[in-house]
Amino acid sequence: MRKSLLGFATVAALAFGQAGFAEDKPVTIGVSIPAADHGWTSGVVFHANRVAETLMAQHPGLNIIVKTSPDPASQANALQDLEIQGIDALVILPTDPDPLVNSIKEIKGKGTFVAIVDRAPSVNDESVRDLYVAGNNFALGEVAGNYIKATTPDAQVVVIRGMPIPIDQTRQDGFDKAIAGSGVTVLDRQFGNWNRDDAFKVMQDYLTKFPEIDVVWCQDDDMAVGVLQAIEQAGRTDIQYVVAGAGSKDMIKRVMDGDKMIPVDVLYPPAMVGTALEMTVAGIYGQVPVRGTFTVDATLITKDNAAAYYFPDSPF
Amino acid sequence: MGTDVNQEVEVKSRWQEIDLRAVAPFVALALLLLLGALVNPNFIGLNNLANVATRSAFIALIAVGATFVISSGDLDLSVGSMVAFVASVMILFMNTNVIADPGMMIAAAMALALVMGALCGLANGLITTLGKIEPFIATLGTMGIYRGLTTWLSQGGAITLQSAEQQELYRPAYFGEVAGLPVPILVVLGVTSVAAFVLYRMRYGRHVVAVGSNPSVARYSGIKVDRVRTTAFVIQGVCVAIAVVLYVPRLGSTSATTGILWELQAITAVVIGGTALKGGSSRVWGTICGAFILELVGNIMLLSNFISEYLIGAIQGAIIIIAMLVQRSLVRRS
Repeated sequence: MRKSLLGFATVAALAFGQAGFAEDKPVTIGVSIPAADHGWTSGVVFHANRVAETLMAQHPGLNIIVKTSPDPASQANALQDLEIQGIDALVILPTDPDPLVNSIKEIKGKGTFVAIVDRAPSVNDESVRDLYVAGNNFALGEVAGNYIKATTPDAQVVVIRGMPIPIDQTRQDGFDKAIAGSGVTVLDRQFGNWNRDDAFKVMQDYLTKFPEIDVVWCQDDDMAVGVLQAIEQAGRTDIQYVVAGAGSKDMIKRVMDGDKMIPVDVLYPPAMVGTALEMTVAGIYGQVPVRGTFTVDATLITKDNAAAYYFPDSPF
Repeated sequence: MGTDVNQEVEVKSRWQEIDLRAVAPFVALALLLLLGALVNPNFIGLNNLANVATRSAFIALIAVGATFVISSGDLDLSVGSMVAFVASVMILFMNTNVIADPGMMIAAAMALALVMGALCGLANGLITTLGKIEPFIATLGTMGIYRGLTTWLSQGGAITLQSAEQQELYRPAYFGEVAGLPVPILVVLGVTSVAAFVLYRMRYGRHVVAVGSNPSVARYSGIKVDRVRTTAFVIQGVCVAIAVVLYVPRLGSTSATTGILWELQAITAVVIGGTALKGGSSRVWGTICGAFILELVGNIMLLSNFISEYLIGAIQGAIIIIAMLVQRSLVRRS
């Protein structure tokens, strides 16, 4: 009797093991992201939670733990906490990738699937992560440049940069490549620190400095708020439009509504954390290959496709 | 030869009649204006100068409050965060639309901002005096608290004024003009006049300077030192709130990065204006001159065609130091 019972249990266990990719297979995924300290990261937190809820509803066995951390030191602690809870996979958008490499490697070393999002460490190979989901900073500049070149071939453009860091430089390089050899000229470039108030000041000064400006490329939706206000105050009508980027709900709404000053927006989506999460889950439940690098396009958002990128409930 | 010496003495004594320390920031300002005019002919245009003066209004107003705090020997590092916090609460309140009439709604929101500012300042003052915590640490703590509350209120995103009607009605508070002068400049002049009256003509003003020079002596002289210091923090809070009332109509929105590092700009403006960082002196007109100088330096850099955008920070720093050196040399001559 006891023997047959045992046998039954074994068969049951085997059957259970066979259905290893069934929807109720218990899987825990840890998501570690920066705390919402400015617009873009608040979007990251929103989309991480949004996609986590959808995925958990689809897969009854799936448990996703989302943790936010304000700085690399506390993110390293958060990674340890996640590890103790026994995670099968980790999706991480590092606050600062290099100081966190060792903590990530520690988890990867235990056979956990690791997906890094957006910010890659200097050594970004299979020893650190299985999947890398990247935004495309070069394309963000390039797409903006191409749009300006195509729409206003002889435009005089003023550029408002972010901060003097590599991401910003890559975006400038993309822009320069796009407009190289065209009639588009850059009148000036100054830093606006990705901050509305600073962008307002820089734009006011541009308006004083140049009697004739055709287009403003300010790269970032937050800065566009200050730029538009400065143009409105000066009552200048020579500026035809402003190209920003990232994909905040306010700017996408303007594109949807057909605002002449904001005809397009260039996407650098905080929702890419959701891309990484979906791919990780697909790898576990769907048994499809997801290891490698996936670069999210800097999509040009126009009036026609804006609705697909509009999240009215998002803080960003 | 003898007449020369006599003349020199005469000139010197005439110089001494005016307080050189008070005049020095204005001399530095004049030199900067000259430099700006050389850099770009558009600089000296009335439009540009009005823009810059209007922009400097926020820091100027905050710095007027900081003049009180610094003269009384304290320091308030929380003002930048306080701007963000008070402005966020103000916008959230306006978005509730609890009062149907938009005009009354804005008036109520302004009143709320002033009360909030005063309370935030009171908190700083009480923590410093009752809690007997160094103002540097106390306000560093509240700086984190106000900033954190703002981030929490906005969930990291932006808090934006929703009603277009309110926005339209409120816009002139920053962009409007009265008799050709932008409203923020008038507000700064008004607030500074009141502050100057309080500091130089009222007993409280003399107490502030006395407490800042030597708190022990002030205490033995019968001055309620803690009350004087706390009041200075409350005045600072109210000044921050006045700045907020002008700030909200400009962009109609706040975010977690609103007002970041404004505390350092305010302190710099106070010191450029001739108030000693160690307390015991107050020059409130110099303070608003200092705020204007700070904003002008950035403006001149941007209007120039020959300075790399990477070097702006370094040159700004250098100009501020040179402006201070010009002041000091003037003061020494007296």
